[in-house]
Amino acid sequence: MLSLCRVVRPLAFRARRCAHNPAFSHLNTVTEEDVAHFSNILAPSSVFSTIGSNSVSSNDIATYNVDWMGKYYGKATTVLRPRSTAEVSEIVKWCAKRKIGIVPQGGNTGLVGGSISLDKEIVLSLGAMSKVRSFDPVSGILVADAGCILQSLSEYVAPHNHIMPLDLGAKGSCQIGGNVSTNAGGLRLLRYGTLHGTVLGLEVVLPDGTILDQLSTLRKDNTGYDMKQLFIGAEGTLGVVTGVSILTPPAPQASHNVMLALPRYDNVLPLFQTVRRQLGEILSSFEYIDRTAYDMAIDHGHSRIFNEEELKSTQCFVLVETSGSNKEHDEQKLTELLESLLTAAKPLIVTGTLSQSAAQFASLWALREGLTEAVQKEGKPYKYDISVPIADFQRVVDVLRDQLKSRGLYGDHAVSKVMGYGHVGDGNLHINVIAKHGYAPEIEQALEPFIYEVVASLNGSVSAEHGLGSMKPHALHYSKSNVSIDWMRKIKGTFDPLNIMNPGKVLP
Amino acid sequence: MRPSAARLLNILVPIKRAVDYSVKIRVNPQQTGIDLNVKHSMNPFDEIAVEEAVRIRERLKDAVKSIKVVTIGPSKSAETLRTALAMGADSAIHVEIPDSAPPPEPLGIAKALRAVIERQKEGVDLVILGKQAIDDDAGQTGQMLAGLMGWAQATFASKVEVNTADKVANVTREIDGGLEELKCQLPLVVTTDLRLNEPRYASLPNIMKAKKKPIEKLSATDLGVDLTPRLETLKVTEPPKRVGGGKVENVDELIAKLKEAGITAVKA
Repeated sequence: MLSLCRVVRPLAFRARRCAHNPAFSHLNTVTEEDVAHFSNILAPSSVFSTIGSNSVSSNDIATYNVDWMGKYYGKATTVLRPRSTAEVSEIVKWCAKRKIGIVPQGGNTGLVGGSISLDKEIVLSLGAMSKVRSFDPVSGILVADAGCILQSLSEYVAPHNHIMPLDLGAKGSCQIGGNVSTNAGGLRLLRYGTLHGTVLGLEVVLPDGTILDQLSTLRKDNTGYDMKQLFIGAEGTLGVVTGVSILTPPAPQASHNVMLALPRYDNVLPLFQTVRRQLGEILSSFEYIDRTAYDMAIDHGHSRIFNEEELKSTQCFVLVETSGSNKEHDEQKLTELLESLLTAAKPLIVTGTLSQSAAQFASLWALREGLTEAVQKEGKPYKYDISVPIADFQRVVDVLRDQLKSRGLYGDHAVSKVMGYGHVGDGNLHINVIAKHGYAPEIEQALEPFIYEVVASLNGSVSAEHGLGSMKPHALHYSKSNVSIDWMRKIKGTFDPLNIMNPGKVLP
Repeated sequence: MRPSAARLLNILVPIKRAVDYSVKIRVNPQQTGIDLNVKHSMNPFDEIAVEEAVRIRERLKDAVKSIKVVTIGPSKSAETLRTALAMGADSAIHVEIPDSAPPPEPLGIAKALRAVIERQKEGVDLVILGKQAIDDDAGQTGQMLAGLMGWAQATFASKVEVNTADKVANVTREIDGGLEELKCQLPLVVTTDLRLNEPRYASLPNIMKAKKKPIEKLSATDLGVDLTPRLETLKVTEPPKRVGGGKVENVDELIAKLKEAGITAVKA
């Protein structure tokens, strides 16, 4: 039975959009003089401001002032799109002198409100710095500007038979600088590991404007403290990532995927153990999709994978991908695994499908990757990206649904769906609570801090891969001790004593 | 050719292993064809053909006696047959050609299919093919086969209804002006269009069962057919590359560039 930590506390009032936010009182507002200075040091197409002589309307910078989900609205008057690291350095120097806050922004696909200007900060978009600096086809080491879009980098290395070590649904929009700054996980983490392992070096502009060039292309370098690890996952609060050196693995010669239909959630863990043991080194992804999410995908136009008969006894699904160097070898391993699953005395699966062509391979992935977009069409989602023991995944979703039911908030009038999907192989679940008619305070109050308490009671993480942004600094203490948080503040204070770099994010 | 028994249908579905449609096509360095060292899979229109045969059986149940798939291709084409068997075909015929042989042309394939049909002791009532293969886009095989057999043909089908009692089929065809409805007597050649159906994913139990289904191996010599191409490809090149656009700093520069390109303003 799931044990719940019921802490009695008054409902916290969070002023997310109050007019005068005391957390930002140490910062100055951008003035016409500031805009004039930026226009002097940058090209005209690099400065967008609603104030000053060449002002634009707020509509023109709207895309920089709202996050991908439409949940967080920013207040920046000024957006800068520098074209070089030197320009970034000059911008930061000026902002440090004038005590102006800076929000580094990549593809603006973050899901925790980390890329939005909360008060008076400028938005520093890296999008105009999008060149590949070098690629060594022998070692696979790629050096690129922070503003390169992940999919563009994948396409760049593909002809050399390499792939990026990470992959996520947002690949068409997200930028590598943002991926690094949020330590993005994604669909391949199971096989290729995190960015903490695959990033070899970084070029960062520090909060005083100094350029820290550690763009190493060395696989091994144990000289001194490995500072890049601080910036990976710092969500832009310690400096602006402007260049990334990353190790790209060789492209698999053979890829296959299988969608499996399971009769009950409890089979997921033993299935994972069986799959991992039998597929071994060729396993590259193991993704969980609950029944609600699958039905939603079909509703939104994805082609049916299983027929009615098969779905009658199906509670959830698993998508397994293999990547290897020999097609026949991988097919044999897969065939043996699938046969053993089907003919077992107590089968773990109802049925499954093995993709028969590249088109079907892409289609099975499209179902999983399209879930996030389908969710946006259903309503406004509250997203909880958590790490909990795999055995507890489904129970967390069910407990959350029960909580909403007990508050009378479950139904077409409020929360139409509660679903879970995600990187079960990494112990990471994405819970999506869909508010059919838009975000509402009573729904948020029913969910938080309830969900964080549930996660804390399981010793889990309140943010497995999405980061903290502006959504979760207050929840940091559920997953990290006061000692840890204290030392995080000290590090922040050392790098950014003026607190101009992405203020109000990550640390409470 | 012997007519089949009054109410039992024998369906033949010829399929082709072609370059997968998601592959980025590149011309080979010798400019004699495309780079074939890429992913292959069943021609998508042939998947639709196999799916239609299986659906006809689901509708007509025991009235369908057999669904046979046949392919004329190199050794790797056997994988495509296994996929069709996993989708629901009963048995397969592989007319194997040497890996080094040049790809056969539609007329050669049609003649080979005629020979295959004539070998079927129980006869064939319905042949369903893809309307064209996505590698050569010829769109000729079905029509040539019907001509060689002297059979009715209904091409670009978007709907097929078989009436075994009367031995006719109502087929809706996609034509330029809209849809055309034909009533055809069996035996019949049908070629599939995109909207006919959406092929199923092969389920695991069927994939396992397919491994045990029989594949008959034949050669062109067994059929008495010459598959030598009659056409010679002289050269294959890519179409001219699209020239990219350029970015401008501001509206004035845009107007200057438009003027350079010879675009003049319309007088209001």
